[in-house]
Amino acid sequence: MIKTFSIGGIHPDKHKITAHNPIIDAGLPEYVYIPIKQHIGTPAKILVKQGDKVKVGTLLADSDGIVSADIHSSVSGEVVKIDNIPDAFGYDEKMIVIKVEGDEFEASIDTSSDIVKDIPFSVDEIIQKIRESGIVGMGGAGFPTPVKTTIPEGKKVDFLIVNGIECEPWLTADDRLMIEKAEEIVVGAKILNKILGIQNAIVAIDENKPEAIEVVRNITRRYVGVNVCECQTKYPQGGEKQLISAITGREVPSGKLPIDVGCVVQNVGTVFAVYEAVLKNKPLFERIVTVSGDDCAQPQNFRVRLGTPASFLIDKCGGLTQKTAEVIFGGPMMGHTVINLQAPITKLTSGVLLLSEKETHRPDMMDCIRCGKCVDACPIGLRPFLIGVYTRNNMIDELKDIHTMDCIECGSCAYICPARIPLLDYCKLGKIEIRKKQKG
Amino acid sequence: MDIIVSDIIALGIIAFLSALILYFVSQKFHVEENPKVEEIEQILPGANCGACGKAGCYNFAEACAKANAKSFKTLYCPVGGASTMKKVADALGFKAEVKEETVAVLKCNGTCENAPAKIFYDAPVSCRLAHQISVGQTGCPDGCLRLGDCVSVCKFGALSIHPQTGIPVVDENKCTSCGACVKMCPRGLFEIRPKGKNGQRVYVACSNKQKGAVARKNCKVACIGCMKCAKICTQIKVENNLSYIPVSVDAEEFGSELVKNCPTGAIVMTEAKKEKGHD
Repeated sequence: MIKTFSIGGIHPDKHKITAHNPIIDAGLPEYVYIPIKQHIGTPAKILVKQGDKVKVGTLLADSDGIVSADIHSSVSGEVVKIDNIPDAFGYDEKMIVIKVEGDEFEASIDTSSDIVKDIPFSVDEIIQKIRESGIVGMGGAGFPTPVKTTIPEGKKVDFLIVNGIECEPWLTADDRLMIEKAEEIVVGAKILNKILGIQNAIVAIDENKPEAIEVVRNITRRYVGVNVCECQTKYPQGGEKQLISAITGREVPSGKLPIDVGCVVQNVGTVFAVYEAVLKNKPLFERIVTVSGDDCAQPQNFRVRLGTPASFLIDKCGGLTQKTAEVIFGGPMMGHTVINLQAPITKLTSGVLLLSEKETHRPDMMDCIRCGKCVDACPIGLRPFLIGVYTRNNMIDELKDIHTMDCIECGSCAYICPARIPLLDYCKLGKIEIRKKQKG
Repeated sequence: MDIIVSDIIALGIIAFLSALILYFVSQKFHVEENPKVEEIEQILPGANCGACGKAGCYNFAEACAKANAKSFKTLYCPVGGASTMKKVADALGFKAEVKEETVAVLKCNGTCENAPAKIFYDAPVSCRLAHQISVGQTGCPDGCLRLGDCVSVCKFGALSIHPQTGIPVVDENKCTSCGACVKMCPRGLFEIRPKGKNGQRVYVACSNKQKGAVARKNCKVACIGCMKCAKICTQIKVENNLSYIPVSVDAEEFGSELVKNCPTGAIVMTEAKKEKGHD
């Protein structure tokens, strides 16, 4: 049976135009800009200084505290600057700038393409390796993976779900990764099985990726303890809580974490990174990025070194045109508008989209006609129209009462609204106001 | 006839007993209310804005009525200002503290002309959201976003977005310095400052903390932290590439010199007792 989550959801146009383009190497830019904060939590502590020579995989910054992640060099060359440089949104952020010279790897990294299948390490050794590789959740949230795989006392894991849904339109990075690196992902899932102390991992793939389903299913036949689960194509199926609901039928209560219902969800990109870190000694210094959009001349899936400026990728795909209205990091539903094209690709950038006016235009807002479409579409079961009203009137206590904080900001309500009310903006604003009030 | 008489007697007894109960209850649960509270509340503006630190005007009136001569000095209604506080003091028989009148000033002069918009996209509904999304259309990470959250929060209609400059203008006569805009602005661009002698006040109309060259790229009138002002008046502090003129700096004494010597024009002085430009 094809599974899906219980309430809400929408069906945006898929636009998966790059689904058949194999992953190609993006090549090396002249300079890379590596932010020291590419994750949720505290920024990493810088270990290098100006003038240092680094190799691919050299540790540049050490994690500071538990909720933090190591940062490694993605190229070999010389550190030319450590300074505040504007990020994708124009705000200054501390970055390490490296001038690329050659392409020399650290000796410990296994660069061969052989697939290692044995896991000779103990649980502690594996977690240590994941921590030292700076792996974070690569679906977009950027939560450090070692924290997520360390189970708090008294909690039990029943399910490991490997998230291969990729429900955002345009993006195909995870899809291609599953097709080309299926075996690595399956071994990665086995590694996570071992850490979490469970027997069975479920790879969730939605039905609009028939090739990926077939490839991964064929491989799982040869491995015990990893299964494929086909899911219905619906947005936001790839949301952590939605995926848990679809596969296990369990609902994560308001304000709780997936671990509270015995589930751990990891993106396929993360699982692949875990495989490479544990069995290939390769820290996280590259990722798959889809460059696409209706205004992109040659859409591609790239393997990109972290820190590569977005403009480098855009130029490889034919560059910007007069019609390009907006460049987005991530998917069109939950991604962020980029205002600085020199901004680097980070651990969290799953796509770079070049969209025209037609796709990004915000039509004029009309009055709410109380049709209830937003309520039907909300995957959490909130009442977005009411959140809109309360936010406009600054009724913060009421906003809290209707569980605005549970909003996952998927944008389904704003997408479906026939009156074109920017409901997502109101939800986000409502959350900002509630947090402000809680701080006092 | 009998029925009528018995009814009257029965109802009369009930009425008498009820009256007795009501009398004793009202004696027992009598609430001593200070008549001054109502009197003071009448004097107050009644905006319930909370600028005084109390929940509303009634609570402020209560606090005033309870206060003694010493603690009364800590109470101040910024909306009503000195005149209202004088009336309140008179009603209570205290001496009113004379406080300087204050007004909100905008520490940004990123007008459409000074800081032209470089980044175009359909703006979200509010400054607070735009601040989270990106630096905004001018490219300045600390500048005005021009979306008017401050205008919507002002209860006194003292703020409006100027159609030409695009940034908010404070109507000095209407501003009660309640501080709502200070709390609302996601970039903290408003400051409550004394109106100054003859309405003359001098301040830095910039909040940008970037290095000079970067700041100037986005805005002609950005403070570049050149320290020239700090040499003219030692009270002025320059931190994080941004100058701050303390309220104690006398506008009459230093004002014109500071404005003249500021290389970018970030320092602004209001004209004496006349309608002035943007502040």
